[in-house]
Amino acid sequence: MERISLLGQLTQYFFTGITVGSIYALVAVGFNIIYNVTEIINFAQGEFVMLGGLIMVFFTATAKLPLPIAFFLTVLAVTGVGALMERFTINPLKNATVLTMIIVTIAVSILLKGIAMFVWGKDPYIIPPFSGSKPIFILGAAIQTQTLWVLFITAVVVVLLSFFFKKTRYGKAMLACADDPEAARLVGIRVNIMILISFALSAAIGAVAGAIITPISLMEYDRGALLALKGFGASVMGGLGSFYGAVVAGILLGVIESLCAGFVSSGYKDAVALLLLLLVLYVRPSGLFGNVEASKIKEF
Amino acid sequence: MKIKGRAIWIGLVLTISLVLVFSCAKEKEPYKVGAVFSVTGRASFLGEPEKKTVEMIEEAVNNAGGINGHKLEVIVYDDESDETKCVLAVKRLIKTDNVPVIIGPSLSGNTLAVVKIANEEKIPLVSCAASNKIVTPVAERKWIFKVPQSDTHAVEKIYDYLLKKGITKIAIMSVSTGFGASGREELLRLAPEVGIEIVADERYGPKDTDITAQLTRIRGTEAQAIVNWSVGPTQVLAVKNWRDLGMTSIPFFQSHGFGSPKNIELAAGAAEGVFCPLGKVNIPLLVADDDPQKKVIMLYNESYEQKYNEPVSSFGGHAWDSLNLVIDALRSVGPDSAKIRDYIENRKNFVGQHGVFNFSPTDHNGLTKDAFEMVVVKDNTWALAP
Repeated sequence: MERISLLGQLTQYFFTGITVGSIYALVAVGFNIIYNVTEIINFAQGEFVMLGGLIMVFFTATAKLPLPIAFFLTVLAVTGVGALMERFTINPLKNATVLTMIIVTIAVSILLKGIAMFVWGKDPYIIPPFSGSKPIFILGAAIQTQTLWVLFITAVVVVLLSFFFKKTRYGKAMLACADDPEAARLVGIRVNIMILISFALSAAIGAVAGAIITPISLMEYDRGALLALKGFGASVMGGLGSFYGAVVAGILLGVIESLCAGFVSSGYKDAVALLLLLLVLYVRPSGLFGNVEASKIKEF
Repeated sequence: MKIKGRAIWIGLVLTISLVLVFSCAKEKEPYKVGAVFSVTGRASFLGEPEKKTVEMIEEAVNNAGGINGHKLEVIVYDDESDETKCVLAVKRLIKTDNVPVIIGPSLSGNTLAVVKIANEEKIPLVSCAASNKIVTPVAERKWIFKVPQSDTHAVEKIYDYLLKKGITKIAIMSVSTGFGASGREELLRLAPEVGIEIVADERYGPKDTDITAQLTRIRGTEAQAIVNWSVGPTQVLAVKNWRDLGMTSIPFFQSHGFGSPKNIELAAGAAEGVFCPLGKVNIPLLVADDDPQKKVIMLYNESYEQKYNEPVSSFGGHAWDSLNLVIDALRSVGPDSAKIRDYIENRKNFVGQHGVFNFSPTDHNGLTKDAFEMVVVKDNTWALAP
C-alpha cells in the first residue's frame, strides 16, 4: 500500500485523539458533577466506566437484547450502582471530612473492581460496533464508524447536561449547592437529595462512556483506574468544577496524547500528557477555565 | 533346651527377613517430586492447567506400576502467584518434604526468587517459566533448568520466516510491560545479525484504549511487515486497529503470546491472516504425522480433554515436559539429586510437548527455534503458514 501523507497522518491522529479525548471528557465531567455538589473527588468514577462497558457486554452479547434497549438498561443499572454507593457509603457519614469521604470512594472503587473480577473474570470483552465495521476513509485516514458514535453521543450528553444545569429546577438547585450548600439549605433545597442525584448522574455518564468505548477498546475489570487518572487530569486541567473546562481539557488531552504518540514517541505519550497538566497548573493553578476566586474557598 | 532355643532364634530371624523381603517387593519407597505452581492469584491461568496436568500424569504413572516399582508421589504447593510464598514453598519442599528434585514455579519472577536457594541446597529445579535469565549465565545456574521456549526462539522463528519471504524492513510494536520489553530487546538485538532493518519501534501501555496512532506512524514508513509483542487486550486491539486502518497489505506478526483461541474470538474476524509462532502442543492436528512429537502431543491432548473436559494450554504442556523429564531421570538414576542433575544436563532427544530437548552443560533449556511452528489465522482457526 502507498505511504500515508502527512495530512492523512494528522487527520488520523486528530480523530484518534478526539475519540479517546471524548471518553476522558465524560469521565472528567463525572468528576466535576460530584465535586461541585460535595467537594468529593470520586475515585470510583473510572469503575463506573468499566461497569458500563461490562454490563453493556452482558446485555448485548449474553442477554442478546437490541442495542438501544441494552444501552438504556446499562445506563440504568450503573446509575443504580452510583445511587446505592451514595446511600450506603457517603450518606451515612454524617460528620466526615471531605478527605475521609474521598478515601471511602477509593475503597468503593477497589470493591467494584473486585466484584467485576469475580463476575466477569480477568479476560477482556468486546461488543460489535453500533453500526457496521467498515471504516470511512478521509484523506487516507481511516475513521471507524464507532468513532462517529462516540463523538455524537458525547455531544448529546454535553447538550443535555447544559440544558439540565441551566434550565431545570434540579439542575439549578445542584448549582446552588455547588455555590454555597448552607445558603442552598436555607432557601429550601434538600442538599441530601442533590448529593444523591450527583452520584447517580455521574454514574450514568460513566456508563455512557463505557458503553460507547467498549467496541473500540475492549473492556476488562481493571481498566477503570487509568481512565479515572486521565479523566481526573482533564478535570484539573480544565479547572475542577468547570463543566466546559472538563470537556475542552479532556479532548485536548486526548489529541495531544495522540499527536505525541504519532510525531514524538509512543513511549512518552502518557508522560507528555502529565507534563502538560503540570505546566497548566504551574501557570494557572485554578486550571484553564477554573475560577480563581472560587478555587481559593474550596478545600481541594 | 539349647538346641530348641537356637532353632527358635533361627526361625525368628528367617521369618523377619522373609517378611522384610516380601514387604520390600510389595511396597518400595515412593519417589517424591516437589512442585510449586501459581494455582491461584493473578497467574492462575498458568498454575491451574499445570497442576491438573501433573495430577493426571501422577495417576497414570502409578496405575501403570510406578517408576521401576516405586510409586510416584508429587507434592504440589500453590505459591498464589506470590514471590514470598514461592520461596517458602520451595524451602518447605527441601527441608520438610526432603524431595530430591523440584518442578516449577510457573512465573519467571518467582523462579528467579528461588534460583539461589535451589543452587545452594543442590536440588535440581526444572522451571515452567520462560525468561531466559532463569538459565543464564549457566555457570551460576548449575542446578537450574527450564522447559518453556525463550523469546529468542520466537524472534528467530519470525525472522527466519520473514527472510524466507524476502522481507527485510519491518516495524516493531511492543507493550511497556516485562513481556513486551524483553521481546523488544530480542527483536532489536537479533535484527542486525540476520540483516533485517527495523524502520519503526513503537510502544504502548498495557491499558491503552487505542493503538491507531502508532500504526499510522508505521504507515508512514517503508515497513514491509509489522511484528507486535504483547499479551492481554492490547494484542487484540493492535490487530483490530490494523484491520480498521486498512493495513492488511502489510503482514502482521504476533508473538507466541497470541496463541489462544480466545484471542481470535475477541478479534471478531480481524485476526484473519495474522501470523504467530506457536508451540506444537497447541496445534495437535497440524503436526505432521512423521513428527517425533506427534505421538506424545496427541496422547496428552486426548487424555487431558477426556479427563478435564477442556482443551490443553501451552502451560500445561510445560508441566508435562518438566515432570516427564524428571520421571525419565528418576527411572534411570533413582532419587539422587546430584545424579538427576547430571542426567538431565546430558539428556539428548527428549521428546516433549514443546519440542525435542537437547540439554548440555552450556544449554539448560535444550530447545531451538524449531520448537515453534509458524501458523496463520485462517477461517478463525490456526493453519500452518505457507
